[in-house]
Amino acid sequence: MRGVLSDRMGAALLMAPLLLFLVLAYAWPFLGVVKWSFTLPTPGLGQYEALLTDDLVQSVFIRTLRIAAIVTVVSVAAAYAITVVWVRGSPAQRLIAEFCILVPFWISVLTRAFGWVALLSNRGLINTWLQSIGFISEPLALVRNEFGVIVGMTHFLIPFAVFPLASAMRSLDDRVLLAARGLGSSRMRTFWTVFVPMTRSGIIGSALIVFVFSLGFFVTPAILGGGRSVMIAELIYLRIFQSPDWGLGAAISVVLVLFVGALMALLFRYVRPRQLI
Amino acid sequence: MPTYRPGPVSLVIAALVALFLLMPLLAVIPVSLTPSRMLAMPSGELSLRHYRALIEDPRWIDSILLSIRIGVVSSAFSSVLALCFSLGVWMFQPRFTAALVGFVLLPMVVPPVVSAITLYFLLTSMSGFSSFFGYDTWLGVAMAHSVMTVPFATVLILVSLSQLDRRIDLAARGLGASVWERATRIIIPNIKFGIVTAALLSFVLSWEEIGVTLFITSVNAITLPRLMWMGLRDNIDPAIAALSVILIIITVLVLAVRSVMAKPRGGR
Repeated sequence: MRGVLSDRMGAALLMAPLLLFLVLAYAWPFLGVVKWSFTLPTPGLGQYEALLTDDLVQSVFIRTLRIAAIVTVVSVAAAYAITVVWVRGSPAQRLIAEFCILVPFWISVLTRAFGWVALLSNRGLINTWLQSIGFISEPLALVRNEFGVIVGMTHFLIPFAVFPLASAMRSLDDRVLLAARGLGSSRMRTFWTVFVPMTRSGIIGSALIVFVFSLGFFVTPAILGGGRSVMIAELIYLRIFQSPDWGLGAAISVVLVLFVGALMALLFRYVRPRQLI
Repeated sequence: MPTYRPGPVSLVIAALVALFLLMPLLAVIPVSLTPSRMLAMPSGELSLRHYRALIEDPRWIDSILLSIRIGVVSSAFSSVLALCFSLGVWMFQPRFTAALVGFVLLPMVVPPVVSAITLYFLLTSMSGFSSFFGYDTWLGVAMAHSVMTVPFATVLILVSLSQLDRRIDLAARGLGASVWERATRIIIPNIKFGIVTAALLSFVLSWEEIGVTLFITSVNAITLPRLMWMGLRDNIDPAIAALSVILIIITVLVLAVRSVMAKPRGGR
């Protein structure tokens, strides 16, 4: 029989395994982490107080926000340039742009970080080449510092910035652009006064995604920063495994989740989730 | 076909961005061929010694086999859970669907380092009960990877279900098919492509996973990314360059095959 009751039971039976799995393996342990932040090493709000007063934690927070802001601006601008060609170029241009966006996207974060080490290190391709043409005598410090971190993170995040931009550019009506040109507007002026404003939702979505991703970034800063440019995620790792100061690591995680949650709420006020794919 | 084409200035800037995107991938090729034992450009002669090291050093082989085992188990587990969940959502459209789907997608949105500390808490708590299912065990890693891949599998399966015509399911239902028959004989065959893609993506995500894996392994469950990480942190081993070249070639081949297969469907 196929009554209302059996339908509801069917839904419950099909959905239960995954929901149960995520409650037990994800939601419950997260509450455990929240508990750590209030109980380790001693019960109380001590860890949250430390977040507000500890100089090291403060400087890491500020560095993370600064790097995330720079990476966001550079990534969105670069992504915008290549997305224009991917969405509106000739068929050959579109194919090349797609290749350049998707191949890095699918390659692991470690391989990509390693590629940057191979390019930027003291005996890497760039320094070797600049020295061989006699442009510099000492290798430039391009990696194991903030510059290396920004380059590596920008490289990782450009493909992620592309998708919301592409979705905004695809839904833009060509006739508006042709009308602007027909009315005597120059190419540049049409781009800045018509094209860019009409893709605003894509720019906001793309910037927020890149910014949120940058805040929790771990592998690239750890490798390309070489321990000298520590960001929040690496600080959590160090607190858990080197100090070990589980309470502070947990408290930073809780604050990070709250911050990212607020940004996501902001994101969905401006952009509908469908537009992001 | 867009009638408004990018001009020369756009093309030049886009070309520079494209170069930036490809540069680090191309840079590993010369490094992998260096005869030197350290990270350096080959000066003159080329050597395949770092490719040979990958085959001869049991640590690389062991970690590759372990990554495959973890990837297969976690991909199968998360795809089956995601498929059941998505079928439940699509067939019965229960109340609170948005909230339930939102909950399932959480591990995708939460910063990976927070998921990592959460899974670290889970597995260290479990270690107290069982010696083969907690911290630094392959089953523990497979379970943690399932948590991280299941949102992606769910999104892909829900997207392919949303493109399925409800009327064929209604027809089967009207003809008296049971829930089981509708799922296995009508719906699943129609979203086969989406299910295979979900399983494949879950495998790739598990194969590449490093953020969470670093928190939940120490000496026993050394996956391939974990071994690469150790090589990158301590002394930079050109064997990683050789491995990277192989991984890049595989990625390019898979993407080429995929785009050839996707062409007739007109998809992107």
